[in-house]
Amino acid sequence: MIGAGPAGLCAAIAARDMGARVTCVDSGDRPGGQLVKQTHKFFGSRAEFAGKRGIDIAGMLADRIRDDPMVEFMLDSTVIGFYDDGAIGIEHNDALTFLRGERIVCATGASERMLAFPGNDLPGVYGAGAVQTLMNVYGVRPGKAVLMVGAGNIGLIVSYQLLQAGVEVVAVVEAMPQVGGYDVHARKIQRVGVPILTSHTVKAVHGTRVVEGATVVALGSDFRPIPATEEYFHVDTVCLAVGLTPLADLLWQAGCKMAYVPELGGHVALRGEDYETSRRGIYVAGDLAGIEEASSAMIEGTIAGLSAAQSLGHEAPDFEERLATARAELAALRSGPKGQKVRLGIERLMRLGREVGVVA
Amino acid sequence: MTGARITVHPILEFKEGRKVRFTFDGQVLEGYEGEPIAAALHAAGVRVLGESPKLKRPRGFFCAIGNCSSCLMTVDGRPNVRVCTEKLREGMRVETQAGKGVLLAND
Repeated sequence: MIGAGPAGLCAAIAARDMGARVTCVDSGDRPGGQLVKQTHKFFGSRAEFAGKRGIDIAGMLADRIRDDPMVEFMLDSTVIGFYDDGAIGIEHNDALTFLRGERIVCATGASERMLAFPGNDLPGVYGAGAVQTLMNVYGVRPGKAVLMVGAGNIGLIVSYQLLQAGVEVVAVVEAMPQVGGYDVHARKIQRVGVPILTSHTVKAVHGTRVVEGATVVALGSDFRPIPATEEYFHVDTVCLAVGLTPLADLLWQAGCKMAYVPELGGHVALRGEDYETSRRGIYVAGDLAGIEEASSAMIEGTIAGLSAAQSLGHEAPDFEERLATARAELAALRSGPKGQKVRLGIERLMRLGREVGVVA
Repeated sequence: MTGARITVHPILEFKEGRKVRFTFDGQVLEGYEGEPIAAALHAAGVRVLGESPKLKRPRGFFCAIGNCSSCLMTVDGRPNVRVCTEKLREGMRVETQAGKGVLLAND
């Protein structure tokens, strides 16, 4: 398993349950990936820990396999590439080691998107994930006053977490005419007086050495700035929550067939229903397979782990049942209007996969 | 920036490590052992971690999980250390990096 976040951990649990030997490699110093900074309670079904906080889920997942002799964790270890002979290179403590897996589940997650505006490189312009890491993992406030850019779930949740940490959130701006995240998250911050400015974006960030302020502007229905609507906010931090893109470098390097699917966040691997890519033996799961959320990442990890282990000849009496349950849960998570984008993206991905023969 | 450390939080409890001293461009600062260097610097009010090699624009961290390379500094003489993930230790010498850095002979 490359990556021990929600997808990688669930893939490891599933493969172990099938009787496979598993090694989890992760660049972080603890398992859980980005769960370790998610202080909010999850939605979804009980199988994916609805009602539990991400910070606790990370530990609960890891506990299921931590002491299993069939499972090895390699932490503080970065996979740097695939080699022609099937080995993967792993950097740990400045030394390079090699490992060969009969099957590889890639669950490397995503990186944060940037937004183009003057001053976007000033210290104080931080990704939403960075803000979460700094304050929720290390207990350091990112600043005193924050402008949040993006009203998807991440922007809304991190705004709320900033308030919990005692940081002022002056406003949330969102280029779309409506809030992208769940209403329950939006209402939480609106109740305490944080304005959510839809059809607005950040025009520029100002400062000589660090962020000192930001100018926000209203957008027309054509997404162009409306003249003379600029408003200045005195902030020391601008937090970008403008989406994620799959961290797919390893897949490109491995020669997996890739496709650009904007609904899934960018370039993703063509894959079958079992999450195997065009390169035999390499599976994907989680945000790397298409940007969604931690709950769906866990289920995808389960499917990929079960499938990878089964392809090695491992068997379990409940295999079919677990697979069917996972697929049904995934479909339920993706149902409804908020799941439409992902459904369209996956349809497109599967169509492209059939065209080149990756999907039967 | 005094008070950057969160002491009271409705959900989280922060177990601080051992207090250690390190230097930033010669100035003695304090942080907690094992936290990322960038977190210790940020808590001490240091947000500018370096400058861009060409235009010399100030640089801070962006992703904080070792992906983006916006936070490269020279640590104990070694250039291009990602201080958002490198753990703080007693007596570390942290310096703003000029240019792209030169590999040490034993690297």
